[in-house]
This record gives sequence, C-alpha cells and structure tokens, in this order.
Amino acid sequence: MYRYDQIDRELLAQRTEQFRDQTRRFLAGELSEDDFRQLRLRNGLYQQRHAPMLRISVPYGLLESAQLRRMAHVVRKYDKGYGHFTTRQNIQLNWPQLPEVPDLLAELAEVQLHSIQACGNDTRNITSDYLAGVADDEIVDPRPYCELLRQFVTLHPEFYWLPRKFKFGFTGAKVDRAATRTNDAAVHVLRRDGAIGYRFFVGGGLGRQPLLGQEMNSFVPESDLLLYACAILRTFNRFGRRDNIHKARIKIVLREWGIERFRAAIEEEYARIGSSAEGGQLKLLPEDIERMRSYFSAPPYRPATEAAADVGERTARDPRFAAWVKRNVRAHKVPGYRIVFVSLKAPEQAPGDCTAEQFETLAELCDAYSFGELRSTYDQNLVLADVAERDLHELWMRLDAARLATPNIGLTTDMIACPGLDFCGLANAGTLGVTRDIYRRFDSLDAQYEVGPIRITMSGCMNGCGHHSVGHIGILGVDKHGEEWYQVTLGGSPGNDAAIGERVGRALARNEIADGVERLIRAYLELRSDEDETFIECYRRIGMAPFKARLYETEDSEAAAA
Amino acid sequence: MSRIIRRHTIAENDWTLAVDGTTQPRASGKLIVPLARWRAEREELVAGAAAIGVLLPNTEDVEAIYPEIADRPLIALQFPVFADGRALTQAVLLRNRLGFTGELRALGDVVRDLVFWLGRCGFDAIVPRPDQDLEACRSALDEIRVAYQPAADGHAPVWATRRARATG
Repeated sequence: MYRYDQIDRELLAQRTEQFRDQTRRFLAGELSEDDFRQLRLRNGLYQQRHAPMLRISVPYGLLESAQLRRMAHVVRKYDKGYGHFTTRQNIQLNWPQLPEVPDLLAELAEVQLHSIQACGNDTRNITSDYLAGVADDEIVDPRPYCELLRQFVTLHPEFYWLPRKFKFGFTGAKVDRAATRTNDAAVHVLRRDGAIGYRFFVGGGLGRQPLLGQEMNSFVPESDLLLYACAILRTFNRFGRRDNIHKARIKIVLREWGIERFRAAIEEEYARIGSSAEGGQLKLLPEDIERMRSYFSAPPYRPATEAAADVGERTARDPRFAAWVKRNVRAHKVPGYRIVFVSLKAPEQAPGDCTAEQFETLAELCDAYSFGELRSTYDQNLVLADVAERDLHELWMRLDAARLATPNIGLTTDMIACPGLDFCGLANAGTLGVTRDIYRRFDSLDAQYEVGPIRITMSGCMNGCGHHSVGHIGILGVDKHGEEWYQVTLGGSPGNDAAIGERVGRALARNEIADGVERLIRAYLELRSDEDETFIECYRRIGMAPFKARLYETEDSEAAAA
Repeated sequence: MSRIIRRHTIAENDWTLAVDGTTQPRASGKLIVPLARWRAEREELVAGAAAIGVLLPNTEDVEAIYPEIADRPLIALQFPVFADGRALTQAVLLRNRLGFTGELRALGDVVRDLVFWLGRCGFDAIVPRPDQDLEACRSALDEIRVAYQPAADGHAPVWATRRARATG
C-alpha cells in the first residue's frame, strides 16, 4: 500500500481547502452555477437526481482497513448509511449535502482518500488488475507504475482542462481482468528480453460510440512511462474536439484521423519530449521505480501448513461452504494462501452497494485475515487477496453473517449495473428493478451453475457506466416517449478477447426484458455443444440469429396467433 | 488604464489590445495584434509602435509559428471559456520547448479559479475577466504550494525531490 509522505499530505490538505473555499463562494452567490460546475466535477461532485453524487477515487482499487472504517463513518454521518462500488473501482455516495462536502473530504483526506479528478474533463482515477501482486499469471506488478502515473497526472496544470475525461487502465498479467482496452489509454506492463516496458493502447471508450483501444506502441521502455503518457495527453489536449461533447473523447480523434496519422502524432510528440529538457525531467530512474515498488512488496506470508487438507475436509461436510470455495475462492501464487472474492451481489441488493456495517466488517476481516488490505474489482465486487487456507472457513462464516458470501462470482447473478434512473440524473431508465427481476429467475445455485460463466451488464443510459457494450449479454436502458425500454446487445467482452457487443434488434419493454434475458440463457443451454462450452463461446460459434429468434419469439407467436 | 496581474503583483496594464484591426500603432504605445495582422503588417507595426505583441488563437501550432514571433516581447494566448485548456499546452511549449522568455499573457474568460493553473504553465501576465476580484486572483496563484509534476514554473518533479532526499 502506498503511504503518503509530507508532500502528499500537504498537497491533499491544500487541495481540500481550495475546494472548501470554492464551495463557500458558490453558496455565497459569488460563483455562478456554470463556473462552479467545472470546479465541483473536478472534486468528484456530480449533480444527481436527488442530491449531488460524490465519487471517491480508489487508486487502482486498493483499500486498507483504516479507510474502510472511515468510509463506514462518513456514509453514516453524511449519507444514508451505504456506498456504491463502481466498475472503475471507485466508491460513490448518493446523498451528501453540498455544504457538508468540504468536511466530508477533509475527513477522507486524513486516511489518504480523495475525490480529486473523480469527475470532469481531466485524467480520472487509474484502474488496475484487482489481482495485482497475487495472480499466478502476473508478469509484472502494475501498482508501482499506477502510483507513479497517479502522482504525475494529479493536478497536472497542463492537463487539468482537457476536451473530455481521460481514463487509464493497467494490467501486468496475461489475463486482462481490468477491461483495459475500454479505457482511453491501456497500459500493459510486460517484459521483453528481460527488460520491463509498457505496451500502450489508445482510443478505447464506452458510451455513445463504444470502441476498443488500438495499439500505439508495443514496447515503451520502463523509464519512459511519464513521457509517453505526456505525449498522449498533450496530443489529446491539442487536437481533441471541443465543439461537441459527444465527439470529444480521444477515440474520436483516432477515428477521424485514422490510426497511422494518430500514431505518428503521438510518436512524434514522444520523440520531441524525449529529446528536450522536459524529457530529462520526466524520465524515471531505476531508484524511483524501486522506491515505489517497496510500497507494494509482498506481505509476510507464513509458511504453508497442512491447512489445505482441512479445507477439503470442511467442504465435504458443509455444502454451503463448498459452494463458496468453488465460486468465490481462487488459487494464490503463494502455497498455503488463497484469493477470496467478496460478493456485493446478494439477493435484493443493488449491485456494488456496501452498507456502513459491511464496511466495518470488511475492515475487521481484512485486518484479521488479509494483512489489512482489500481490493475493489471491475465487476463491482471486492477481494481479500492474501487469505491463509487455514482461515478460510472462519472467514466464510463471518462473511456469510454479513451477507458478503453469496457464491456467485462470475455467474448469472453477478451482474454489473450502474445506479440507473433511481439515482442518476443522466439515466433514461431504471437498472435496479431489472437486475432484481433477472436475479430472482436465476437465484437457485443449481440454475446458475448449469449456466456457468456469463457476464450480464446493464447501463441506464448511453454513457455506459454499467459497461453494457462489453457484456456477453448487455442491456441498455432507453427512454421511449417517457417509458423505460431496454435494448439488448450480445457477444461483448472486456477481457483478452475484448469485443463490443452487437445490438440484437428492437428494444424490449420493462415487463419483457427479464423474460427476454431468460430466453437467451435457455437458448444457450439448448444450443451449446456440451457443458464445457460457455455462453460467449457458444455465441461466437453459432452467431446471433438463433439467439435473436428466441429473444423475440413471443412477439412472433403473438403475431402468428393474430 | 486597467490593472492586471504581472509576476505575482497587481500592475498597470501598459499594453493595448488591438483586435479590431483598425487601432493604429503610436510611437509611445505598446500594441497587441492578432497573428494574422502581424503577418500582414509586420514592417509597419514595428516601425510605428514602441512595442508589438502577438495574440495567438488557441488552435495554432506554436511550434510551427514560433520562428515568426520568437523575437516578440509579448505573446498573448486565449481562453474562449476557462475550461478550454488548449492555451495551457501552448504556454508550456513556448516556455519549455521553445525557450520563450518574454511576457506570456492570458486573455479571455480568465477567472480566479483558472489563475493557479495559468501560473504553473508559465503565464506571467494575467488579465482577469472584468467581473473578477484582482486581489483574489493574485492570491490564487499560491492556492496550492506543492506540486507532483514539473510544468513551467520551476517546481521540481516529486520523484526528483524524493530522489534527492534519499541520497541527501
């Protein structure tokens, strides 16, 4: 875990006071709504349906127990007793009152949490592989690089007023668990001939025109992380469109220019930085990286014991524990340890929501069982990354008591969803009622296990916070004459096989959508080649037509009957 | 004469902005003219005024233009709305890459809450929007006194500072 030094603390304290003064001036009528809007967005405050929404950055998804305890405190004191984890590993509060937000931020600053650049046209919180440091497929731990880049882009004066938001996503593993290519820039930390470097993709982004990032450079040397990031951001700041908010992301520059011209512009700027004094300042030395790496060194693992046998014995005795071990526990690179997923997808719970009591429980559990740290995931779940096998059963009992042990990771009910029309000022349609309806249809574990791995994702509007474009089954809420309708896309994926889903056809009404999703899943169960073929593999093999026929079959039978 | 912020102090503005294309140079006057007029009337302007500065649109490529304006005592950059940060990149390039040492002036929708960022990007003359409080704008230059990254105001990168601490 990165630890703030005096410089970090001063910067955050002064920033907090800067926003306190801006808020005071707005409330006193000295700042117009329009002018204040630009300032509050850059401090994580978004105007929502009922109150401002405050987005709190969780850098690369890493949290520690003191931060979780503070979250429990602030959601009780300033909100309605819960927070919401997002696909960008952040936490959102839906009910803070603007005059109290400066105090809230000051309380967060005491535990290294902040909302700097959490919204607005700037460089957003950096996301990362949530299994960084523990995954057995990891090549290089990306977190030191994430933190170096976080500091570089935080309050960067040249890139504080960009044409549109800009998101970085990192991985250092073979499996992309961070949906990296949906970001404006993806950074893959890797090794070539023994040397560490970065493969950069640029131009991804969901929303109105979902696109995946294209490779810009297959190997930028380790020392040049900030030079290359600077080249990308500078090119974006200069050439990103400012005449139309819907065409302002960097992906539009890439699309309008074509990849050759776009890549040449970034590479030329990179070369110019490299040959100037600026490049000398931005170049990282091995000692800089080593210093940052020391914050993310492995915890003091204890040697493996015979505990593994104990896990096997208990799973044989207790089927509920066995189900949880099967679905929510993964192998760890260190013998005797496991990675534990904490599901935030319990029945009747909004995906990603976490109550004050759960924040407190999680603080206790990560202190007791996982070296005091917790990670938030792309899928709106949490991870205890370093759990000794001998502790698994006890941990499970405590998670279960807190409704945090639903054994559904990667299954039908592990849906991704934005808060939708119930909260969000941008949404066109509700999401939470629909996820609840789908959940109820597949609540039984047997049904979910039969379906196997599947990714159902849902957004309440075009902006795509629920990543519907990269769901195996994606659902997009739309407004038709004041009614909520739902468009379905199929075949999307955020991972190594990243793909943007294809729209099936006309939207379904609110009372049809859950039935429609169920028919798609039933179709898969009938059409799959065998039990090992997953939904996405089946879709890729047989294509959209059979699924489309099933999605709209009631309509056809009604038409035939008429 | 209006007042502006120059190098951390409130100062008289001794430059006239000639955007309409008709203001004529005077031997005693300092005139800021748009790039197009500078290109068209360079000789006459230099002969007629005490000093000529050039105003660049924020869409211009400063690296390409620089040979034409490198000897100017003042370059003015524009903020059509304060959240349009293109001139910040122009400023950083002028200071760091092109070595411009004359006055770098921010014009347009320049509000108090933009001032801190202008200072960091190398602007040393700031002309706030008429409704802004000058003293508040001046003090905003120091709103945040630590920085993570180098820009054009002399702050050392934080990694270099920590490097020095580790060895010192």
